[in-house]
Amino acid sequence: MEFQFQFDWQAAIHSIPFLLKGIPYTLLISFGGLAIGFVLGIIFGLLSINKHWFLRWPATAYIEVFRGTPILVQVLFIFYGLPDLVGGPIDPLTAGIAAIALNSGAYISEVVRGGVQSIDKGQTEAGLSLGLSRTQTFWSIVWPQAFRRMIPPLGNQAIVSIKDTSLFSVIGVGELVRQGQVYIANTFTAFEVYFVVAILYLMITLSLSLILRLLERRGLTSV
Amino acid sequence: MSQIVKMQGMNKYFGKLHVLKDIDLTVEAGEVVVIIGASGSGKSTLIRCVNGLEPFESGKLEVDGHPLAPKGGNQKSLTEIRKEVGMVFQQFNLFPHLTVKKNIMLAPMKVKKTPQVVANGTAERLLQRVGIADQAKKYPSQLSGGQQQRVAIARALAMEPRLMLFDEPTSALDPEMIGEVLDVMRELAKEGMTMMVVTHEMGFAREVADRVIYIHEGQVVEEGKPEDVFDNPQNERTQSFLSRVLKH
Repeated sequence: MEFQFQFDWQAAIHSIPFLLKGIPYTLLISFGGLAIGFVLGIIFGLLSINKHWFLRWPATAYIEVFRGTPILVQVLFIFYGLPDLVGGPIDPLTAGIAAIALNSGAYISEVVRGGVQSIDKGQTEAGLSLGLSRTQTFWSIVWPQAFRRMIPPLGNQAIVSIKDTSLFSVIGVGELVRQGQVYIANTFTAFEVYFVVAILYLMITLSLSLILRLLERRGLTSV
Repeated sequence: MSQIVKMQGMNKYFGKLHVLKDIDLTVEAGEVVVIIGASGSGKSTLIRCVNGLEPFESGKLEVDGHPLAPKGGNQKSLTEIRKEVGMVFQQFNLFPHLTVKKNIMLAPMKVKKTPQVVANGTAERLLQRVGIADQAKKYPSQLSGGQQQRVAIARALAMEPRLMLFDEPTSALDPEMIGEVLDVMRELAKEGMTMMVVTHEMGFAREVADRVIYIHEGQVVEEGKPEDVFDNPQNERTQSFLSRVLKH
């Protein structure tokens, strides 16, 4: 028996409108999660280099736990496990955003820590010697320089997190992969649909890469 | 004459290393004190104690009437002291993300809440004074080392300090740029600024200093007028140090 596979362009093209419905969810979970993750990253990243052990220690624990466990386990825990604790269901969208936030927050904490520590201590000394307080010195001298150095690794984390949202099909959020699975269940055109799904992810991540390149070229990422 | 800096029996350790040993030192208003000594002798640490960049373990320190407690003690006066004491670093430590002018305007605006127009005027005047008025809009990395150090001096002067600390201000400069920085410092001394200068520029020390202090292994070994210290050193350690640095 001879088997010949043919890429069904019709099927691929027809799947697009249905798949596109997943994009807003993918973007909402990624960027919503990343926005919260960035705030968490600043807070825990700075706490992790605080001189007081009682602030440093919990921050380090958070970072290690969320960096050291798979994001799939984290989201399953939030979606299926946490309701037992809070006594009510958590909707999949919230669970997805929370998982990206907590997970990216741990990685971004490390980016923040590295960025801040990379700034020469002479900068802090210069600020202090001029009479600025420690807080003023940090936010007007150290942070702006550290932030520029953080842009490339932050962009990297954004790309990782966008792709991580694909795992959330398991909790039934209607994001890109979930839409693909639903579509395939009716049409059995797995090859074509996953091909289109991959292309759509690539379009999102490539646009982001492009934006980051432009930022770098404008000198915003180097001091 | 009032005393700007008063140190009494000051001791400083880095871990077990005793870097400053029972330092007694006063600096009068308007005086230029140059501190010399081999590297590792504690001379930089000494001036870094004056504005609290290095805490000290014991002894007394008073800067322009504000007492500064040893490590662990009340450090409230630190803010006041730092407002009144300017510092110039070996590595310039300009803020690379700000233009030259913004480097100078930052502290007056943040610390003294000087209005922007006023701070702007002060910055322009100071840049004129250090001879680089045309570089105001550039970023530090676009300037030569000598120009950067002159900006650093202007930045410190913007706070109208009562005392200026110079921590080897020319040590990171190419030889042809040392002169322009020393010229600015010479002018400053002439205008009556109180200065503590750590330097290896013996010519500058001889010409500008009111008093030269030689430090060896954390102790003040010799102190006096430059002509006395350089031409007729009493301590043999000073003699051997000077014979080594003045030979070339």
